[in-house]
Amino acid sequence: MIRLLYLAAAVLFIFGLKGLGSPRTARRGNQLAALGMFLAIAVTVYELIDLDAEVKWAIILGGAAVGATIGAVLALKVQMTSMPELVAAFNGFGGGASALVALSEIEQSGGFFDTETSVVVAMSVAIGTVTLSGSFVAYGKLKGLITGQPVAMPGGTATNAALAAVAVGLAAWGVASDDALAYWLLGALALVVGVTAVMPIGGADMPVVISLLNSLSGVAAATAGLVIGNLALIVGGALVGAAGLILTFQMGEAMNRTLANVLFAGFGGDGGAAAGDIGTQPVNRATPEDVAIALAYADRVIVVPGYGLAVAQAQHAVRDLARALEGRGITTEYAIHPVAGRMPGHMNVLLAEADIDYEVLLDLDQSNPRFSLTDVVLVIGANDVVNPAARDDSTSPIYGMPILEVDHAATTVVIKRSLSPGFAGIDNPLFYQDSTLMLFADAKAGLDDITAALADI
Amino acid sequence: MSAEFIDGIVVFVLAAFIGFEVIAKVPPTLHTPLMSGANAISGVTIVGALVAGGLGSGLLAGVLGFLAVTFAAVNVVGGFLVTDRMLEMFKRKPKADS
Repeated sequence: MIRLLYLAAAVLFIFGLKGLGSPRTARRGNQLAALGMFLAIAVTVYELIDLDAEVKWAIILGGAAVGATIGAVLALKVQMTSMPELVAAFNGFGGGASALVALSEIEQSGGFFDTETSVVVAMSVAIGTVTLSGSFVAYGKLKGLITGQPVAMPGGTATNAALAAVAVGLAAWGVASDDALAYWLLGALALVVGVTAVMPIGGADMPVVISLLNSLSGVAAATAGLVIGNLALIVGGALVGAAGLILTFQMGEAMNRTLANVLFAGFGGDGGAAAGDIGTQPVNRATPEDVAIALAYADRVIVVPGYGLAVAQAQHAVRDLARALEGRGITTEYAIHPVAGRMPGHMNVLLAEADIDYEVLLDLDQSNPRFSLTDVVLVIGANDVVNPAARDDSTSPIYGMPILEVDHAATTVVIKRSLSPGFAGIDNPLFYQDSTLMLFADAKAGLDDITAALADI
Repeated sequence: MSAEFIDGIVVFVLAAFIGFEVIAKVPPTLHTPLMSGANAISGVTIVGALVAGGLGSGLLAGVLGFLAVTFAAVNVVGGFLVTDRMLEMFKRKPKADS
């Protein structure tokens, strides 16, 4: 009966995730998953009461109260711009909890496990602790506490390979000897690996890293589930592992990078390296008034938001401009590159926060056929994702990355602080095109000026 | 290998396939809430944490259990709440008159 109730919780998780697949059902989906969680917790508490053993309720209630309070405060206070670091932190807590469950299982049993259980205990400890420290390094990078630039580790990939080899050795020792010390050392080493693995990865690659850590937190939970033989844990963990892995590959595809390349290449900082003779060619400088005139005579406008828009907190300024355009009967849509933000779908959330209807948000495949039919494209704080070199120049480092082909529009307006290159440190031929207008301004101030100028036309 | 353990592996593999099928079709607009919602689900490890915290004996087991429950509770409560907050913003807006 108890197992059936855990199964019911697992089924609720599956329905919940399915609900998250469509904007109409997403909120209900999340609530179903939460209901599943409540059921799983209630069943466990019932089991503990029923067990006729001394249960330390103080530990359970104390931990739950502290954790729930921290979680609720973080969740309710967070700015939408900071969502990636919050999700990274939550991933870390989840992974850490799974590792702790496995470790306390070792302490309780005195190490008397059969071989297969020992193997999953080792996996749970190692994956959980890697997720914990890796997530907090990612958190620090996103929050700006640690530099977003790739930080080379002494010895680079060779060091990580050596550490991984030692970890496998410790796991083998633990499985063979059932000595708890081996698992503790394994956990400590995995904490180090999480740091050395994520430090060399640049800020712009964070969408891939967060997705991967998300997947790992699921795998850690599933392995912990195998240790204690709990159905809800195994199913929940496996679902999350699969979800994170799918997003990891989709993000990699959107950057034309393999996972190995992201993890080991140390590419993708925030600011970009100094590169050659960027900015020496003539550009068409525009004033906000020029842009307003171009917009006023357009029928179709597409906005391309990039991370720069999020940094400038300009999502509400975009919304105001779009409302003004719609008021003039001008169709306004948004083209969103999969890696426009710092985590998958981040830009969509920011625009939703500004009350922009999700139905006018276009993905890569929907947008590209529309650019040649568009009068004005407004590129705000985006660079590499609209760089035609990725399509045309086989010598470019980003060659092959799918881009938004904004250069096909009749007029492209780029709002940017300066001609500085994007994270890849690559010049952008789009800026020098005859059909491109460059407005050098902060995203928010520039948009406000355009909206004001438009009102006078 | 015990039959129970093999059952666990079978459940894991099947659930992973269900996960792939269910999630592959999620549109990019919902990727962030999907990830934070999935993240909250991975907090189901709280089930193990409750048992570890409640039944562990000794100081070390107590500390481990307390930390496990705390971490998992942050993950569960924070994850579901923040996902709900995001999804509330995705409510269908009445079309602006034009």
